[in-house]
Parts: sequence; structure tokens; C-alpha cells
Amino acid sequence: MSLTNRRDSRRFVVMFERVRSMENTPMVEMRKISKEFPGILANDQVSFDVNSGEIHALLGENGAGKSTLMSVLTGLYRPDGGEIYIEGKRVEFLSPKDAVNNSIGMVHQHFKLVQPFTVAENVMLSIKGLKQIYNLKEIEQQIIKQSEAFGLSVNPKAKIWQLSVGEQQRVEIIKLLLLGAKVLILDEPTAVLTPQEAKALFETLAKMVKSGKSVILISHKMNEVLENTNRITVLRDGKSIGTVYTQNTNEKELAKMMVGRNISDPLERKSSRKEEKIFSLDKVSALGNNGLLKLKNISFDIYAGEILGIAGVDGNGQKELAGAVAGLRSIKTGRISFCNRDCTKSGRKKRMNLGISYVPEDRMTTGLAPDLNAYENMALNSYRGYRGCFIRWDKVRKDTDRLIRKFDVRLASTANPVKMMSGGNIQKLLLAREIDSDPLLIVAVYPMRGLDIGATDYVKRLLLEQSEKGKAVLLISEDLEDLLSMTDRIIVIYEGEIMGVVKPSETTLEEIGLMMAGKRKVVSS
Amino acid sequence: MKHKLMGSWEIKKTNSSSALKKFGISGISIVLGLLFAGLFVLITGKDPLQLYSEILQSSFGSFYGFSETLVEMIPLALCSLGVSLAFRMQLWNIGAEGQFCMGAFGATYFALFFSELPKLIMLPLMLMAGFICGGLWALIPALPKAFWNVSETISSLLLNYVAYFWIAYLVYGPWKDPKGNNFPLTKQFPESATIPVFGDTRVSYAIFLVLLIAAAMFFLIKYSKWGYEISVSGSSRKAADYAGMSYVKNVLMVMFLSGAISGIAGMAEVSGVLHRLQQTISPGYGYTAILIALLARLNPLSILLVSFLMGALLVGGFSLQTSGFPSSMVSMFQGSILFFVLAGEVFNNYRLVRKKV
Amino acid sequence: MDLNYIIAILAAGVVAGTPILYASLGEVIAERAGILNLGVEGMMLVGAVSAFYVGTFTENKWLGLLVALIAGGLMALIHAVITIDFRASQVASGLALTIFGTGLSAYLGRSLVGIPPTSTFKAVALPVLSQIPVVGKILFNQDIMVYLSMLLVILLWFVFYKTKVGLLLRAVGENPSAVDALGHNIFLIRYAAVIVGGMFAGAGGAYLSLAYSPSWIENMSAGRGWIAVALVIFAVWDPGRALLGAWLFGVIASLGLHLQALGVMIPSNFLQMLPYIFTFIILVVTTRETKHRRSGTPTALGIPYSREER
Repeated sequence: MSLTNRRDSRRFVVMFERVRSMENTPMVEMRKISKEFPGILANDQVSFDVNSGEIHALLGENGAGKSTLMSVLTGLYRPDGGEIYIEGKRVEFLSPKDAVNNSIGMVHQHFKLVQPFTVAENVMLSIKGLKQIYNLKEIEQQIIKQSEAFGLSVNPKAKIWQLSVGEQQRVEIIKLLLLGAKVLILDEPTAVLTPQEAKALFETLAKMVKSGKSVILISHKMNEVLENTNRITVLRDGKSIGTVYTQNTNEKELAKMMVGRNISDPLERKSSRKEEKIFSLDKVSALGNNGLLKLKNISFDIYAGEILGIAGVDGNGQKELAGAVAGLRSIKTGRISFCNRDCTKSGRKKRMNLGISYVPEDRMTTGLAPDLNAYENMALNSYRGYRGCFIRWDKVRKDTDRLIRKFDVRLASTANPVKMMSGGNIQKLLLAREIDSDPLLIVAVYPMRGLDIGATDYVKRLLLEQSEKGKAVLLISEDLEDLLSMTDRIIVIYEGEIMGVVKPSETTLEEIGLMMAGKRKVVSS
Repeated sequence: MKHKLMGSWEIKKTNSSSALKKFGISGISIVLGLLFAGLFVLITGKDPLQLYSEILQSSFGSFYGFSETLVEMIPLALCSLGVSLAFRMQLWNIGAEGQFCMGAFGATYFALFFSELPKLIMLPLMLMAGFICGGLWALIPALPKAFWNVSETISSLLLNYVAYFWIAYLVYGPWKDPKGNNFPLTKQFPESATIPVFGDTRVSYAIFLVLLIAAAMFFLIKYSKWGYEISVSGSSRKAADYAGMSYVKNVLMVMFLSGAISGIAGMAEVSGVLHRLQQTISPGYGYTAILIALLARLNPLSILLVSFLMGALLVGGFSLQTSGFPSSMVSMFQGSILFFVLAGEVFNNYRLVRKKV
Repeated sequence: MDLNYIIAILAAGVVAGTPILYASLGEVIAERAGILNLGVEGMMLVGAVSAFYVGTFTENKWLGLLVALIAGGLMALIHAVITIDFRASQVASGLALTIFGTGLSAYLGRSLVGIPPTSTFKAVALPVLSQIPVVGKILFNQDIMVYLSMLLVILLWFVFYKTKVGLLLRAVGENPSAVDALGHNIFLIRYAAVIVGGMFAGAGGAYLSLAYSPSWIENMSAGRGWIAVALVIFAVWDPGRALLGAWLFGVIASLGLHLQALGVMIPSNFLQMLPYIFTFIILVVTTRETKHRRSGTPTALGIPYSREER
């Protein structure tokens, strides 16, 4: 299975170098920035600079401190130590306003858009010196002009909720353009894009950089960064490991910098899929929260011991699908059966008893009750099992302690509300609970999202282990590389419909990307 | 959040929250609250300290005063326990006042029309009537909330006024005591419909109900499956759905019980203190109960303590009337204290740290 | 039932609805910025007592109104500090404000009970407009504060949808983090919204004691503040619909009184219940209606904002 052509991308990068400004003074320079949160040193004397006309990547795994550093640069956080220089001049950012005044803008991972507003209304918020009684027509024209200059087409009158994720991202970028941003920061922009959309994004960025702007790209994807940037700075555990010129480095070196050790052998995946069909969806359609059809005629089976992956851009029905399988979402038409017995009408409680575990995307408010402590949360699924009206808390405590040891969950105290726990440990706690119930099917929705490499690795191994024990896993993920390395089959979903079912060994990134964007796979009989 | 006013200090989030710290902050808040309200008294040329001492005198200075405090404590504690149950599930039941009234109404019905029944049957019957009427009244706003997510805050409150007018209708109309000189009140209850009191005081045996319900709530919430479901639902509805808990069922049950307990308070008031139904049976118990529940952080045992203190404040307020002050002015102190307690909460989550220069 | 009678009821309805309109408009502003203020009832009472006090003793109703604005604004300031700076529960703070306001107004007004007013807002017929058949008699034969309220509705509509301030206000109530990231001062916006809202509530209270039933009685708002908050939901946070809701409510309330005069044999207590039951029903119906709509409750309503959410 091939990724993209490395030689072409190198040429791309070298072209940048020629266009790059020859100035010595960097556009932005951050010197020895430190930022602390209770119990965590997120940035430890990190130094980082960007030149105009450059795309500089901030590479690191989740939790390395990239977002924190950029939050300092955008004025959202005040640093505990260090200085910031803009075009050589020392500045102090007391609030986002100062960053904006210095022409720095950011496209966050979770878009900061007002959903009920139109595109124009959202962009207006970023226009400096907007007149009190604004001229809507004029602004709409400005938006069209600027967006076309960089290849981002968008309808100023459209409401945000009507736009696709890719289009919404374009609006975020247009906001920065009309803000007059000279420095654009993008936080994991391709996480929500199809491979084709990602390519288009980088073309846009190239145009911007050509016109003299600076781009800071936060990413944890090595390949993406190697293909599209001028320089790369690697962060690990809050420290800057080093800055390299993209053309001078390679995957292995970057990986070593990111992880601090030679990366362990890639996960060995032997298919443990059995013949036994555990779960079936037959022509299932379901409504989303807004009353519109989110799942259309979905049919597929899950076999014992297999890991079935669901790929697709976030928002195309994956969450609704997971809900329908787990019993949290009632379906409009179709049949659902578990071990050949119809369970279409069964709710969450019944499906839990049948052996369907659910690891939701929303760990903190759905999977766990944030204000309750670890013991109380562990009892969430099992509390009904105690005879009578009362819960045997002593038994719950014993079980919880055992599971915390077994799954190596780190937490300050089991008496503290779980909302104080770190992301990786929260996920471990959740998984511990779900796996301990000895399920037959585990539905995992974006289980590795936001976790650092250690935790990600742990979760992956855990899921693989479960499948080897004969359990089925329905894995919904936006990380195509994870899906390709872990699953037996991948179903690609687009606008609530199945575009195609492929085997990792028989497909390419391109093919999946096309399906994610809506091109149905041609099934050769 | 960085507070510019703090200068070289910073407010940082903290993980610790010791019980001592919580107590201390509550204590300081109460003092500050009284001071703040006292300012308004000062502005109008009266001496707040004199007012406070008068209040203390009347509620603690004599045995009778102390017993009166207990008398007020009963409805306050009951309504507060009821309200706190709903609050635990993030159901803002502001309708305790109306539920109290309806409970009183239900109890009065039996007292007036079944007066031949012996006490042993009459009182439990009245209790049940109060329980059910209060519960049903709370169910009215609960249904739209459970099924359509209609804000229970305002809807429960609107019903308070409906309940007021219902009681007014009865005592001015069909249930008016013909020998009552046209005052808006019913006939006095028969002896069989009165809860016995302690000695010469007006403290009725209903105080046992208070202790019973407080203890029951404490245990049920901590150890029962149902109490667990309430805790989970209050923390996150999504988690409750995820765990297969029926949110609808719980909303209805909790609201019913919440109203039912306030209904019991209403029954206890007409049966144990007033011995009749009249137009004003509550000086705002239902609203004060909300204050108490919030101040006591929904803990049944703390509720007992805070109800007692609020009862003292109420008794003090009544005595102030003789000096020409409106008794409802104590609301000023109550509201003021709550302001500071709410503001003080922030110190449980944050601490002051000297900024490194 | 002849036309004149209907006109009389509608005209009385406008008057009855005006205090609620002021309070509702104020709450719309605050809630659009994301802050729920349940202290409206308390603010109205404090506004009413201070307006009556100052208005009666200075014999100047405008001075009374001014003081009511200040009083309402100051009370709202307390709510703003607690909910925005200390990020406490907005529901609890609003309730505390109402309880506090009820007590404070009772205390401040203790010597005012029974005192006759010296300066009140009386009906002023507008020159040309009041000659319009039917509508003229209902809408343009009212006191100045009614006219002012109508102007305010138009002004607010314009500010909300055509100006930068309105855009920011609405944005803050939907996604404060988005607005914050762009450098705007959302704390200032929220403070201003809450305080202005309080001033409006104070004005509503002043109308009660200086126009609607010129006097001071303890608890004279009788729950109107709560109705104003409920009507904000009916209004779907829009000034124009708030007008509709407030006047509709006013008509229902005054209908009750007039039905009695017509000799309709319904006990007065039931007629007094009518407005509250009506509001309850409206609340349920509107909430169901807006559940499937795209524009409805400000997304960030009731949620304290913090920049450093970790």
C-alpha cells in the first residue's frame, strides 16, 4: 500500500525555499516559553520562531504541548515564563486582543464559529474596525474577493450549520484573511478532511505563504508535515526537542524525536475473525438529533473476533450508527439482530445485558458522570446486578481497585470527581469498565482521539487483544492509518450511506479518500 | 481566569477542596452577607446591629423563642428536603410554595369533611393526602419537562400563584367558616385532625417526620440504586442515558417526591400549627427552602442545621414587626447571604498564587 | 359585546402588558448575551419602590424613573459580578436576587404604604395617530412610557440585527469562545447586557408604581417578573415577539377584570389564575415549537465562560 509520492513532495518543498523571504528577523519568535497547569508543566522553556513566507510545523504527539504553545501565542493563555517577539519587537499578550492586533490568527481544532449565523456574520466578527452600522453588501463582496484570491469558495449568505466540515474550515480561514492575519496558525486541520480536501488545503496554504504570510501547522502526522512544510519543530513532553529543515530530515529521525526512543515494532495483526456472525444491521435508517435522516439503508454484519472499522469524515453518520448499534438511538426502519435474535426494539439496558459494550466518543459526559468519583463511575453498568435495592459499595470498591491496578489507571484519588483525571486515564477507566463486563461486541467511537502515544498504543493493543479473545470490535475512527493497521475490514460511510467495504490489504489511501468524499466503490462481482 | 485587579497575584485552578476550607468559606460568606444587608439598613438610618440583636434575642433569648424557632424549622426543613431532592437531579423545582399549599389543601379536605374519623386514622389519612396533593402538583411541571424538556424552573413557579389563588378561592368561598366574621379561613379543625404538640410549645410531633425524612433521604441517596440513579442523572443526563437509566421515569418520580415532601410540610402546618386553612399559610417557606437547600449544598444533615438557623431568622423577623418593620425584610438577609456563599464557591475551585516575576 | 368595549379591553391590555414588556426586553438582552437572570422579579420590585419613593417626594415622575433605572442596574450588577466574575450558578444567583429584592423593597417601602402618589404617568393622546379608527384608540392614547416601550422595541430590533453591537451581543450568547478568540471583550459585553437588562426591569417596576397602579404595596409585581422571563421563551429572544407576548398577556390579564364587570359568574380568584395558567401553556407550546427550529435558545445561555478551561 503506497502513500504519496515522496519525490514530488520534496520538489514542492524546495520550491518554497526559493520563494521564502531572505529576512533575518523572524516574523514571530517565542523564547523559552513556559506554561504550567495544576500538576502539569505543559510548556517547559520552549523556543520557537517562524519567518514570513514559511510554513513551519509544530510536530508532536497529543499532550506534547503544541496547542498550549499556540494558545500562548494567540493570547489565550499568559505564559509563566519567557518572551514573545513580533518582527523583532518585544510584545506581551495580555489577551487575544493583543494577538489579533499583531495580526496573528488561529484556526482551532474545534471551530470557533457561531452556528446559527451566516458566513458573513461570522467573518464580520473578525474585521478590525467594523463600522457600527455595517454595510452587509460591501462585506459580502470583500469576502468573495478574498476567498477567491486564495481558492476558497464559500457563499457569504449560507448559514454555518448548513455547511460541511470542510467548508466551515474555509470560513475559519477567510476569517483570518479578513482579520489581516500575517501569521496563520492551523491546529490539526486535516483531522476533519478527506485526503483530497487536505491536498486542496495545502495548495491554499502555499498560495498564502507565497504572498508573504507565515503559517504555523500543528500536527501529529509525520507524513503530512514532511510533505508540506519548510521547517519542523518537534515537541515532546512540553519541551522542544529541536528544529530541523524539512528537506534535511526523514520519518525515522522525526519519530525518534517525537517519541524519544526507537519506535516499537508496528503492531502485528493476525486476523482472528471467526465464522460466527455476531451482529447484523439490515436496511437500517435512523434520524439524527435534528430530525433529519442521518443513516440511510445501512446493512452489514459483524463477525466474532473481527475488528470492523468505520471510516468517514466526522458528521456523516458514524455517531448515529454507533448509537443505533449500542441501543441508544432508535431506528426508523430496518432490523437489528444480535446472535441471530432480533433486538431492534431493545434499548440500551437490554443490549448491555446481551453483551454489547459501548465506549463513546464523549468520554467525560456520556461515558462517565463527571462529578462522581471513580468508584461511583465504575458501577454505572453493573449497579443493577446487586440484589435488592441497595448497592454493595464495598464490593464496587474492591472491583474498582482491582481494575485500576490491572489497567494501570493513574489518578490522584478514587474519591475525587473523575473530571479531574487526565484524558488517557479517563479512557483507560472507561475501557476497563467496558471490558470487565466481558462483552461480546465492543463499540468504540474515536477511542484513540486526543491520547498521547503511550495511551494510544495501550488502547490499540487492548482492542486487538479483545478481538483475539473472540470478541468483536466495531471501531469508528478518523485516523485512516489506525484503521488500515488494525482492522479486518473497513466500511466507508458518507452522508449516512455505505460507500464501500474494503479490506486493508486490498485498498489504498486514495480509494478510501474517494469514498469518504462520496464516490461509491464500484463492486466487481 | 486571571484577574487584573489582583496585581501580582494570580488565580489558579486547584485540585484540593477540604471540608474545613468549605466550612470556613461558608462561615465568612454568612458574615459578609449579613454585613452587606446591614448596609441597607444603615443607609435608611437604622442600626443594623440593634436589629440583629433583636433577632437573636427573640429566637434564642428565651425558651419560648427557641421553641418558636423549632416551629418554623419544621416546614422549612421539610420543604428544603423536598427541594434538595429535585436539585440533586438538576431539576430546579421552584414550586415548593405551591406544593406546600396543595398539601395543606389536601389535608384540610379530610379534616373538614371526615371529622368523625378517629385520630389514628385521620392523621395518617391527612398525611397521605398532603403527600399526594403536593406530589401531583409537582407532577404538572414535571411532565412537560420529562417529555419535552420544558424549563421546570418557571413552570413550577407559575403554579405557585395558581395554588395561592386556589386556596384563596376556598377560604373566601366554599370553605369559609360561617362563624368566622368573614375572615378568609376555614372552621377550626377537630381535635382528631390536630397533631399533638410538646408541652406548652407550638412544636408539633411533626418534628419526628423531619428527622425521619432527613435520615431516610441520607441513606437512600448514598446507598440505594435509586439514589445512585439520581446522582448520575444530576451529573450528566447523557451518562444516565448511556447507562440505560430512564431519565423520564426518574424526572417524574423525583419531582413527585419533591412536591410530596413539601406537601407533607403543608399538612404539618395546617394540622400541627394553624389548625385550620387560611389565606396566608406560608411566609414564603417554599422560597426560603430553596435558599436553604443551596446553602446546605443539598446535604440532608446540613439542611437540618441551616433550616434551624433560617427558622431563627424568621422568628426574629416576626418580632421585628412590632418595631414597625415588615417581616419579609429578612429575605434581604437571606438573599444577601446567598450572594456571598455563591461567590465564595469560587474559592473552593481556585486558590491565590503569587505570580513569579 | 360592542366594539368600544373590545377597544377598551385591548387598550387596557397594552397598559397591563407594558411593565412586563420592559422587563421582558431587558431579559431578552441579557439572555442573548448568554446570561440567565431570574432576578427580574426582585429588580422590578426595587425599581417600583424607588421610583415611587423618589417620584412622590420630589413630585417628579421622571426623576423617579431615573432612580428606578439606576436601582435596577445596580441590582443587576450584583448578578453580573456573581455570575460572570465568580462564575456561580446563574439560576441560584437570580433566585437570590429575587429574594433579596423582595426583602429590600419591602424594607425600603415600609413607610410608603398607603401614601398617595404625587406625580404619575398619564395618558397622552398623540396628535394625528390617535385619530386612526380602532388602532388609534388602542395604541396611541396611552402614556409616554407605553410609547417609549414601542420605540424601544424598534430600536432593539435595529440594534440586534443591523449593528456591530447587536452582532457581538448575539454572538457572545451563542459562542463566547469564538468572540473571545477574535479579541473582543466578552466580559464587557455580558456585563453591559445584564446591567441594561436590569435597568429595563427597573423601568418595568417604575411603570407599576407610577402608572399602572400608582402606589406602593409590598410585593406589588405579583409574579410579573417571572412572567416576563417566561415570555422571553415565547418571544424566541426577539424584541418584536416580546411585544406580542407582553401585550397578549396584558389583554388576558385585563380580560379577567373585565369579565367580572360583565357579570360573568366566575369567581375572581379563578380569573386571577388565568394569566399564570396562560403563561404556563405558552411556555410548553413554545418550547415544543422551538425544539426543531434552528434559531432558538442562545447556545451558551446559562453556561459560565472561562478562557482557561483545562
